Amino acid sequence: MSKASFEVIPHLKKKTIYAMLQQGSRIDGRKLTEYRQIAIEAGIVERANGSALVKLGNTMVIAGIKAGIGAPFPDTPDAGALMVNVEFVPFASPTFEPGPPDENAIEVARVVDRGLRSTGAVNLEKLCIVPGKHVWVLWCDIYVLNHDGNLIDASALAALTALLNTKLPKVTVEGGEVKIDERTLEPLPVEHYPVTVTMAKIGDHIVVDPCLDEELVMDARLSIAVNEEGKVCAIQKGLGGYFTIEEVHKAIDMAVQVSNELRNKIFEAIKKVGT
Amino acid sequence: MKKSPPVPLITPDGKRCDGRAFDELRPIELEVGVLKNADGSAMIRQGKNIIVAAVYGPRELHPKHLALPDRAVLRCRYHMAPFSVYGERKSPAPTRREIELSKVIREALEPAIFLELFPRCAIDVYIEVLQADGGTRCASIVAASLALADAGIPLRDLVAAVAVGKVQGHIVLDINHLEDEYGEGDMPVAMMPTRGVITLFQADGVWTPDEIKYALELARKGIMKIYELQKEALRKKYEKVIEEVEVGV
Repeated sequence: MSKASFEVIPHLKKKTIYAMLQQGSRIDGRKLTEYRQIAIEAGIVERANGSALVKLGNTMVIAGIKAGIGAPFPDTPDAGALMVNVEFVPFASPTFEPGPPDENAIEVARVVDRGLRSTGAVNLEKLCIVPGKHVWVLWCDIYVLNHDGNLIDASALAALTALLNTKLPKVTVEGGEVKIDERTLEPLPVEHYPVTVTMAKIGDHIVVDPCLDEELVMDARLSIAVNEEGKVCAIQKGLGGYFTIEEVHKAIDMAVQVSNELRNKIFEAIKKVGT
Repeated sequence: MKKSPPVPLITPDGKRCDGRAFDELRPIELEVGVLKNADGSAMIRQGKNIIVAAVYGPRELHPKHLALPDRAVLRCRYHMAPFSVYGERKSPAPTRREIELSKVIREALEPAIFLELFPRCAIDVYIEVLQADGGTRCASIVAASLALADAGIPLRDLVAAVAVGKVQGHIVLDINHLEDEYGEGDMPVAMMPTRGVITLFQADGVWTPDEIKYALELARKGIMKIYELQKEALRKKYEKVIEEVEVGV
């Protein structure tokens, strides 16, 4: 599919999308608050310390965790580090091009990171080995393999599942020297479970989990990360549209409702492979 | 995990570290038309923030293949000067944070501009943070929106913005650098004030839905005050222009 037809066709569908929303249905047959089929598979890359493949309808995203021992950030000498990076792989969409992450990829990474960081999903203090000197440094690399909309939610699901799937070798400190026991693996201290729910505003309607056709005609986007207590731990509005205050509150209620369903999918996937 | 702040963020008498009440803005000074070469410009001082925004356009867009046949392209660059931050020099290369902020600021301004009046053109908004003191993205939006108006670009409304935050359990208006760094949450909000709609909305930290409700209302009240200051700043520049013209006659 060429780039032009990829971006133009949905505009021809715009009328249909609007008309269907008026009737309370969507272009792919879902209800306004209905999420697409979610499939999560944990631990699919053995070389990584933790990994996960997430499918949201035709959207496909993989996350891998690589852990290493490094120096802490100067302002947090007694905490490990977590870095989130998102790559829009060129084969994932005719609109993606090779090169360093663009503003869209950077935004996805920073929103995922914000959700994890705000709740303290990973207890980074437990990743300190020698304060000020040696800490675990976690890289969470998210690869978008196929783009059919809602990359933020797919990436957040993949990141949390991969972290829950992560095991680190046991380390001991003897006489200031760090010893790594590759045979004894311990699960990563993941203590909170934020998931992100993204909603699209199309005309006067708000729909959950927009597919690509909907994303290409949406006016604005609102992503809400919710933790296991039903509290909001990250918000990001996107695109050049706006939300009324009432719409924001409605979206937050929707996100809190949907979030449990997503979290359960993660737990199921983790249960299948055993921590 | 966060280190303890150098000064108490909330004093025993229920004030904030800079003496403000929970719902009090920092002193704000706005000046329109501070740069001669730009089509429009504005400077904001808010607390210790010093930020200049300038607008070039509508003008021809380069590279041309980026032009849109039905509307202007809005481009926005938020940048912090190396000397603007506390502590070590910031590298002048754009960070991932600056790239994200450039995007969300652009998206906050976009709904207010009649872009469809200028097909194939570019409107460039440049923002330089000369001194940062927390809430810079919101202060940038306040200045950028004035610069757009100063450039004579038709707007549906000005855009005003403020960051609310959560500090030791209290929800406070217009957080400063210390409250941003050591507080529990940050929620920048931008609105088109006369329409009452939200054009920028972000948050970190943990919030209950009720806290968000309260925070948004607090932000809205702050935004209405900033909006009055924006109008006053525009009036001030153009009253001066009228005076000059009348004297000339």
